[in-house]
Amino acid sequence: MLDTLLPILLFSALLLAAIGAVRRVRLWRQGRPSSVPVIKGLMQVPRRYLVDLHHVVERDKYISHTHVATAGGFVLAALLAIVVHGFGLQSAILGWVLLAATTSMFIGSLLVAKRRSPPPSRLSKGPWMRLPKSLMAFSLGMFAVTLPTAGILPEGVFQSGLGWIAALVLAAVIVWGLGEMFFGMTWGGPMKHAFAGALHLAFHRRPERFSDGTGGEHRSTGLKALKLDDDNAKLGVEKPADFTWNQLLGFDACVQCGRCEAMCPAFAAGQPLNPKKLIQDMVVGMAGGSDAKYYGSPYPGKPVGEHEGHPHGPIVARQGTSLVDPETLWSCTTCRACVEECPMMIEHVDAIVDMRRFLTLEHGNTPNKGAEVLDNLIATDNPGGFDPDSRLHWAADLNLPLMADKQEADVLLWLGDGVFDMRNQRTLRAFISVLRAANVDFAVLGNEERDSGDVARRLGDEATFQTLARRNIQTLSRYRFARIVTCDPHSFHVLKNEYGELGTAQTPADYHVQHHSTYISELVSANKLTFKAWKGGSVTYHDPCYLGRYNGEYEAPRDVLKALGIEIKEMARSGYRSRCCGGGGGAPITDIPGKQRIPDMRMEDVRETGADLVAVGCPQCTAMLEGVVEPRAGIKDIAELVADALIIETPADQSPQRQQAPAAPRPALEVAS
Amino acid sequence: MPHNATSSTPGGLNVAVLVSIGRHPLTARTRRADQDARAVEMALTLDGASVSLIHAGQQEREHEEALRGYLGMGIDTVNLIQQCPQADVVPALADALRQGAPQLVLSGARAETNEASGVLPYLLAEALGWPIITNLAAVEKVEQGMATVLQALPRGKRRRLRIRLPAIATVDSSAPAARQSAFGPARRGALEHLDAASDIDEALAAWQVQPARKRPKRLKIVKSSSARDRFKAAAAKADGGGGQTLTDVTPEQGAEAIFKLLKEEGVLR
Ligand code: SF4
Ligand code: SF4
Repeated sequence: MLDTLLPILLFSALLLAAIGAVRRVRLWRQGRPSSVPVIKGLMQVPRRYLVDLHHVVERDKYISHTHVATAGGFVLAALLAIVVHGFGLQSAILGWVLLAATTSMFIGSLLVAKRRSPPPSRLSKGPWMRLPKSLMAFSLGMFAVTLPTAGILPEGVFQSGLGWIAALVLAAVIVWGLGEMFFGMTWGGPMKHAFAGALHLAFHRRPERFSDGTGGEHRSTGLKALKLDDDNAKLGVEKPADFTWNQLLGFDACVQCGRCEAMCPAFAAGQPLNPKKLIQDMVVGMAGGSDAKYYGSPYPGKPVGEHEGHPHGPIVARQGTSLVDPETLWSCTTCRACVEECPMMIEHVDAIVDMRRFLTLEHGNTPNKGAEVLDNLIATDNPGGFDPDSRLHWAADLNLPLMADKQEADVLLWLGDGVFDMRNQRTLRAFISVLRAANVDFAVLGNEERDSGDVARRLGDEATFQTLARRNIQTLSRYRFARIVTCDPHSFHVLKNEYGELGTAQTPADYHVQHHSTYISELVSANKLTFKAWKGGSVTYHDPCYLGRYNGEYEAPRDVLKALGIEIKEMARSGYRSRCCGGGGGAPITDIPGKQRIPDMRMEDVRETGADLVAVGCPQCTAMLEGVVEPRAGIKDIAELVADALIIETPADQSPQRQQAPAAPRPALEVAS
Repeated sequence: MPHNATSSTPGGLNVAVLVSIGRHPLTARTRRADQDARAVEMALTLDGASVSLIHAGQQEREHEEALRGYLGMGIDTVNLIQQCPQADVVPALADALRQGAPQLVLSGARAETNEASGVLPYLLAEALGWPIITNLAAVEKVEQGMATVLQALPRGKRRRLRIRLPAIATVDSSAPAARQSAFGPARRGALEHLDAASDIDEALAAWQVQPARKRPKRLKIVKSSSARDRFKAAAAKADGGGGQTLTDVTPEQGAEAIFKLLKEEGVLR
């Protein structure tokens, strides 16, 4: 009986799966068009899976082994089952291989079951709790029906007496297994992640993220520019169908592993954001319905089941509730911890900014100080609304060389909006003394500099970002310099990764940009700086998100600290797992309340190391961490630590650059009347 | 009467807002004028009111940017009455208002550019023969051609007034702040150009204009022992000491009193 039943079962499961696949594809195709290389993408899937995705999965050794055993076993078993039981190719060798594959899958499913007893809070329950059993059903069922093929049990054992009953039971088990593994894969069960995930890898909207075997960095973190030239186009994402189809596909690939949730600082602070739930809400919206069937942790403070959406309905309602509340979107610090951690390589931050763009550009609904900051950026080119002609007031005594006078310099020092902040002015002073000690030929833009546009862009105001960026690009195009160095990782990231797209043939915008820690580290390697021995207490280092995760610079700051003779007491969460200070993405401006503050949690991480001092490399981090009440560790920028340790040579052989100062006075400016 | 005398709620109210080109105090960049934007905000929060925006001025790129700032608040059109730069815009505005026949006209108390004398609403009120109210804080209800409004007085005081419509009301920075101007609606909104004859402002042409000089400011030195006194001194607004409140007087008596005061102060000779 099984000989006839099995092919019927297999092929009808495959047929149903195919129908489901078509339905699923049509759900994704509701999104906006986005052109991808189809064949090339599909060819890349094995490599992207085995190399890039596995690289992320491997951070959790247990689940990586589990996944290899289960998924590897399943793929092999499924293919062989179709050949052996579907087409009836009774080869003993294939039978043995099939037995091995199902065994591997069974072992994997035991490991899955173990992880889920009891499940950690970041994992989803509901249908996910039956997954290990379904995996066992499939592997055990296939194993048993393959025993005769491999010659272990006599042929025809399932055709008489007790065999009949066993055959019936086996058929039922296999129906269960096939139901989960084939049917569920395309009809929305937990196995959907395999189907959607494979295609997501093929058609990922940031193919640059994947390695290609030639080595080098494969990072793609800059936000993509929004086209503003069409007056009638809707700006940003209002409805699930406004995402591009491959973004929708990406959301559908989520395995609800909750690794993003575990890393999200906003979630930990009790703000109403959970990146995993957000992705699931997008899936709910894409298919239409309510979030009542979500079995993971909710957004803190927001019960599940009260929100619903539709592919062509608004995600955020102007009044009342729809799919997602605006506070959820505005809680994100754009720290990218979720993206870094996601084994399915889903792009949460892109999605959040896409939705923020709609809220800001179309609704005009940036919460709290958002509107004021954006107005200031438009009117004064800095978020604080300060007089743009007072950018250099803090440095009145420093005689900073101006690009307008020099026209060219080795280093263009990008000061950033920290010039208006008294705390950051200390950092800038320190860094300038370092540059002078190393005889660096540098110059600043002075009043010609504008905000880099980082905050405007993360608040969704793409128009203001592009205006600021284009004007900065214009200014920069007038001068010659070998590199831009800045103490602000946000300016660094934007100049390095986001201006390029806005450059033109006449004014290209691909600059060589360095964070000051990288530059100091180069100066140290070139023996341009000499230091006193370190006498302070123990030190830990806080990786800024926009330097670390966004740009992969984890080493240079540590090298500089080592060169100072400091031994770093690392925090449990450091490097690519560094916890955000809470200062990114305009989060301090939109200021969504939670149960605790993100910087407090970060200083708690610092306290656990017992360090007396935390070295930082970002004006935002400095401000956020210094805002934590005492007693706490001291906070110093790397530039300050370096400047404090400098041994400045005797005045006799001081730099010629200093003797040139003061620079030629600027010609009097005509005052417009 | 042009206005809807049967309306018992602000619904169906026809509101015109006069908007001007603003200028940022630090950078002099054009923008929506703060007080005018507050006037638009107030109009938008009136339940069911139909709001039309009027600007009299030139059609210039910089000006257009500023006017789009108002469109971004969720307005579909700004009516732009074309005037030459030397024009006195009062006659053109008065004509437009006569034609459009709004029940309520809102505007900022004072423009941020040009003369910025703050007299325009009064001249319009005079030209149209409508009452004017300053420092509007809220419109409470509109009933049978009468509006009950709140007027803002110094130090957070409010005064409830009833005025006959149509009327002109000005809004200053004690009114609620304007909503954010969104980029998308701002650039999709339309500027409707209306041609109108320009009356050249002869008086203005004779004036000589020069940039204002920065004058030193006298510091107010408060000698006081306690922080509470210093706070009170810092927070205190000039209280026009003296004066008298007249209640239950005939209009003639009131006019008489005002006339006397103006003479005493040397405003009228
Ligand atoms: S970027 Fe950071 S704050 Fe935003 S959702 Fe991801 S982990 Fe949370
Ligand atoms: S978004 Fe990624 S990290 Fe988060 S639950 Fe889904 S698969 Fe896991």
